[in-house]
Amino acid sequence: MFPALLFYIFSLSIIASALMVIFSKQPINSVLFLIFSFINASGLFLLAGAEFLALIIVIVYVGAVAVLFLFVIMMLDFNPDNIKEETKKYLPIGLMVGGVLFFEIILMMYSPELFSKDFQIIGRIVETDLTNTEILGNLIYTEYFLQFQMAGFILLVAMIGAIVLTLRHRDYVRRQVISDQISRDSSTSIELIDINLKTRESKK
Amino acid sequence: MIIELGHYLILASMLFTIGVIGVFLNRKNVIIILMSLELILLSISINLVAFSSFLNDSVGQIFSLFILTVAAGEAAIGLAILVVYFRNVGNIEVDQINKMRG
Repeated sequence: MFPALLFYIFSLSIIASALMVIFSKQPINSVLFLIFSFINASGLFLLAGAEFLALIIVIVYVGAVAVLFLFVIMMLDFNPDNIKEETKKYLPIGLMVGGVLFFEIILMMYSPELFSKDFQIIGRIVETDLTNTEILGNLIYTEYFLQFQMAGFILLVAMIGAIVLTLRHRDYVRRQVISDQISRDSSTSIELIDINLKTRESKK
Repeated sequence: MIIELGHYLILASMLFTIGVIGVFLNRKNVIIILMSLELILLSISINLVAFSSFLNDSVGQIFSLFILTVAAGEAAIGLAILVVYFRNVGNIEVDQINKMRG
């Protein structure tokens, strides 16, 4: 009873905040509602028994991706005028496409057995000694090791790509040029000057 | 009140539809389109977790983990492209991204 109530609360919050994400005027509000919907999705994952994934979603989405969005919104100063009219202009076609898509999805997967007791998700009891994290670790590091490495490679490529795309050289920033430093030799950088020591000493 | 697979599937399909509508609706702001893509990926993750819980098979959660990775990479690259585009052009309105006449 209580978990079912939690499910309805979480899913209502997800749907409402997702609607606010696409309909709100200010992009900063959109990001905050996106964070809210991700936190609620993490609650849903907890209810379904995926504890590791729930907390990873909070860390990755709320801690990294949403902060990235906030950062970019602060960096770009675009004016949010005339977004309202544009939204109104595209509302009929958007709603039509969305309605058709939703109808098709429901039509495709509709079968009353999905709502019978055999398909229960929340509250089912799983007999195991391992925790969720241990099970996932056992799978990732053995059977799905190649995919795991490829995921790491994707992250590496994303990091390098983001750095290369946004890097720019300003002229007024003094940088270390290592090749110049290495190619120096004594003939250009050291100068020997004869000093007449006797005359200096006699002056003293 | 028992929560079954169907509830999760209907929630995920609603979220997917909201994401698609968001892509269609926001013709002025690329950032909101990227957020809609994140919503779509979240709905796929909900689907995978629901099926993994129903089938008692943790592989679905691993797939969801990989989707998470791809979503993070996609957000980083997309926002980097957005920053570079804004630096060159000065706005991020989708209607005006037609320099190439494509």
